[in-house]
Amino acid sequence: MVQDLIDELGRLPGVGPKSAQRIAFHLLSTDPTDVRRLAGVLMEVKDRVRFCVTCGNVAEEEQCRICRDPRRDLTVLCVVEESKDVIAIERTREFRGRYHVLGGAISPIEGIGPDELRIRELMQRLADDTVTEVILATDPNLEGEATATYLTRMLRPLGLRVTRLASGLPVGGDLEYADEVTLGRAFEGRRSVDD
Amino acid sequence: MNLYRDEAVVLRTQKLGEADRIITFLTRNTGRVRAVGKGVRRTKSKFGARLEPFMHVDVQFARGRTLDIVTQAETLSPFGEAISGDYARYTAGTAMLETAERLVVEELEPALQQYLLLVGALRVLAGGERDGSLVLDSFLLRSLAVAGYAPTFGGCARCGAPGPHRSFSAGAGGMLCGSCRVPGAATPAAETVVLLGALLAGDWPTAEAVDPRFRKAASGVVAAYLQWHLERSLRSLVHVER
Ligand SMILES: [Zn+2]
Repeated sequence: MVQDLIDELGRLPGVGPKSAQRIAFHLLSTDPTDVRRLAGVLMEVKDRVRFCVTCGNVAEEEQCRICRDPRRDLTVLCVVEESKDVIAIERTREFRGRYHVLGGAISPIEGIGPDELRIRELMQRLADDTVTEVILATDPNLEGEATATYLTRMLRPLGLRVTRLASGLPVGGDLEYADEVTLGRAFEGRRSVDD
Repeated sequence: MNLYRDEAVVLRTQKLGEADRIITFLTRNTGRVRAVGKGVRRTKSKFGARLEPFMHVDVQFARGRTLDIVTQAETLSPFGEAISGDYARYTAGTAMLETAERLVVEELEPALQQYLLLVGALRVLAGGERDGSLVLDSFLLRSLAVAGYAPTFGGCARCGAPGPHRSFSAGAGGMLCGSCRVPGAATPAAETVVLLGALLAGDWPTAEAVDPRFRKAASGVVAAYLQWHLERSLRSLVHVER
């Protein structure tokens, strides 16, 4: 039983075997009401918060607020790694299209390949000709770049405009930490990806 | 502050807290080192870009109580840019980083040969002149050899009888002659064995002269051999685009 708990905790991101063990023994020595409260919060989050069936953003209904908004431009799609990147880009008020949230970046060393991300769903969304431009707004770091490289290769044969946020976003960082001005400028100055 | 300086390749980064990362390096003098890069996920970080996987850096650490802290980093070779711009190379390179991390088992134990091998292999991979999959297979074989698991593709791994031989067994350590062969041994094509021997020796003219259709079989042998010597399989190997 204790080993099961350690194994489950060890599956969480950033939790190694040693930490998993430490957390497990901490939980075992914790007051039962505290553990019950933690279990309750975990279940409640799982029940209430879900992911938009269209774009993968966090949502409290079947579709997220952005996908339900009829004023958004249907022809431009912005691809990001995480829901928190949607929040960062929305803050700039620079972008009026819709999003596609991949659920992370391609990271083979963590066992994450293209099949583990929502890339198949992206290709399905692009199957009709509504979208004419895809903006790749993955993080300006190595895994984000590699993910953009992979997506560019998948999208180019579809004949739509593929753009990448303009450089000026320092390489190495997370998109969510870019300030509004920098991020807004990166959107304005986005360039076609061509090889 | 107790500072030390070294050359290193960034093997892996993991998010830590709000804006930090734990960075695993393979250093020239101190082997595998894990250290904290403070604030490197902020886009204003002065050295975040230099502490990305594949980067070859001159780095200064401050000794910490549990983990050391990166206090300076200067780029020696920006391998990351060239590698992340080509997906097949990115996947091959990632498998190299993971292998180096796994074969340098102990932290802080010098592993100069592994370090030099990795820097050399990343340079070739980033240069883009050689087939990424071949560069990877050559690195895997040579890295295993440095770790003390050199396979034999010439003489018999058991009795030393001069080759070429026809059977291969990962468990036996390479090719086996007719009298030493074990049940379940594979029988790769002669060309595949030549390719494997050339990749282990770093003999590019010979390796590139072998018909490319034998590369896939050679990769299979390398993967089986690697698997035999690692406790857990490499996560990145299945994602390598061949
Ligand atoms: Zn949505």
